[in-house]
Amino acid sequence: MKSSVTSATNLPKINRRRRLVKWETVIDHSVLILGSALMLFPVLLTIMTSSYDKLAFAKNGLQFGWSDKFIENYNKALFEPSGFSGTIDGMTMLSNSLILGLGFAVGKIVISMMAAYAIVYFRFRFATFSFWIIFTTLLLPLEVRILPSYEVIQSFGLTNTYTGLIVPLIASATGTFFFRQFFRSVPEELVEAARIDGAGPVKFFIDILVPLSKTMIAAMFIIMFVFGWNQYLWPTLITTEEGMFTLVRGIKNIIQSFTDSNAIPEYGVGMALTIITMLPPVLIVVFFQSWFVKGLTESDK
Amino acid sequence: MKRAAFTHPWMPVLLLIPQLTIIVFFFYWPAVEALRSSFYLQDPFGFGGTFVGLENYFTLFQNKEYLRISLFTVIFTLSVTFFSLAFGLVFAVKADKVLRGASTYKTMLMWVYAVAPPVAGLLGVSLFYQGHGLITQIFALFGYEFVVGVNYKDTAFAMIAVSIWKQVPINFIFFLSGLQSVPRSIREAAMIENGSPFNRFWTITFPLLAPTAFFLLITNITYSLFDTFGVIDVMLRSEPGNNPMTLTYKVYVDGFRGNELGGSSAQSVILMVLVLALTVFQFRLIERRIHYT
Repeated sequence: MKSSVTSATNLPKINRRRRLVKWETVIDHSVLILGSALMLFPVLLTIMTSSYDKLAFAKNGLQFGWSDKFIENYNKALFEPSGFSGTIDGMTMLSNSLILGLGFAVGKIVISMMAAYAIVYFRFRFATFSFWIIFTTLLLPLEVRILPSYEVIQSFGLTNTYTGLIVPLIASATGTFFFRQFFRSVPEELVEAARIDGAGPVKFFIDILVPLSKTMIAAMFIIMFVFGWNQYLWPTLITTEEGMFTLVRGIKNIIQSFTDSNAIPEYGVGMALTIITMLPPVLIVVFFQSWFVKGLTESDK
Repeated sequence: MKRAAFTHPWMPVLLLIPQLTIIVFFFYWPAVEALRSSFYLQDPFGFGGTFVGLENYFTLFQNKEYLRISLFTVIFTLSVTFFSLAFGLVFAVKADKVLRGASTYKTMLMWVYAVAPPVAGLLGVSLFYQGHGLITQIFALFGYEFVVGVNYKDTAFAMIAVSIWKQVPINFIFFLSGLQSVPRSIREAAMIENGSPFNRFWTITFPLLAPTAFFLLITNITYSLFDTFGVIDVMLRSEPGNNPMTLTYKVYVDGFRGNELGGSSAQSVILMVLVLALTVFQFRLIERRIHYT
């Protein structure tokens, strides 16, 4: 990218060298196009198949083309009740997914900013102890303590509630760690200046630190929203009532409908629901790419 | 902690309480509970449990199926980690080099990050569908009948392929950002020194990428062990049978399906120790990395 200037000035060089560079460029682009195609193709085929009726997939598998059932399938996927109890439609799952994604992202950001603020900007007893208690949680993902976590939620009677769905997922220090690193990079003169001006900790946090962290908050929000939306194992355990299912949780139902039923499964509708499930996080990541990449790559420092 | 810090009698406590409460209830309590119940043999009909010490662990290590699953997990983790790192690196190096279309390629190669593992699993199911899945048909061209869900090796292959597909983007993003942070002066010096592009990569660029690669190595191992749950569950259609599965999936199967609490807890604890070792290793590397920069 940056080297475009150099290569332009290098142009009047020996012929042999130029041709060599050209071949290299062709190879580079071929590799990248092949890679992009590998990434895109499975999803592209699924989108195409979601425009066909159920027979097309049953007979010939994924379709390469376009048919006339697109609107009908998406309509069915979003509004027609399905599932074992016949109470769940795509819209309900969509809103559950949104609640999980937003609730998780907002909750995590608020809680971890508060904790990180306390750890970085306050001098108090037990500071080191709190730090270690919080950061030990980085060591163990939810998956390894899944069964006892489920039992705790069950003993609180929180199964099939949004609280039970969201709060245990917040119990890791990734966000706190991220904000701690960022706060530590904020120049120390700012606190001193604020204190000389007579600003207390609350004023400093709201008027100076939060505005400074805007980009970081946005980046964290995108990453956490996608993470929350894409949760599978935890919602699978915690939600047994179909009215509480998220879209990603609903994938399990799609796959079971593909195998269980005696009639031909509604493949077109299933494919449509799959696309609906992946669309929101994909769009967010694509449109807010620069924030997202920044948040992701900064967090490991 | 900053040198210029606030002091306040209760403010820091108030700020920390939400995080600490959640962590105590949903992290420490379950973790301790897992450890405790791994020493007990649970009565399947009630609450009673008998203390059996390390027996659950001994039973596991003598269980042929558990050993087979452990072996598969190692193979699975190694293949997923190796190939997704390799693809991610190749794409990043190329995307960093091209002048035209760089940002389009970047978007095209990273968006799959946002696809949930079970969704990736579902895409895999339709691509490997028995009889007329696209990849099944490609195998059929070479005269091989590919049957996911029946043939152990075929199922393993499909799972690994899907898990790699899902993981390439994140490696790509990190490698690309690592490459772009290599100072221009170093690159130009390397260009002047000349040598083949291949040599230049292995002697200059790769060593500079090493910290990123180490970080990603751990991330990928963790991904293969835990985040692939969705891929596996969907590809097995929740019917494990004799199919390949990872240790994490086995914890779930035994704990929730088989109701074998003690055994499942012991498996959890083994995984905990594994992750703990990995993370400590990672922290030490990061520490060393800070000394470099």
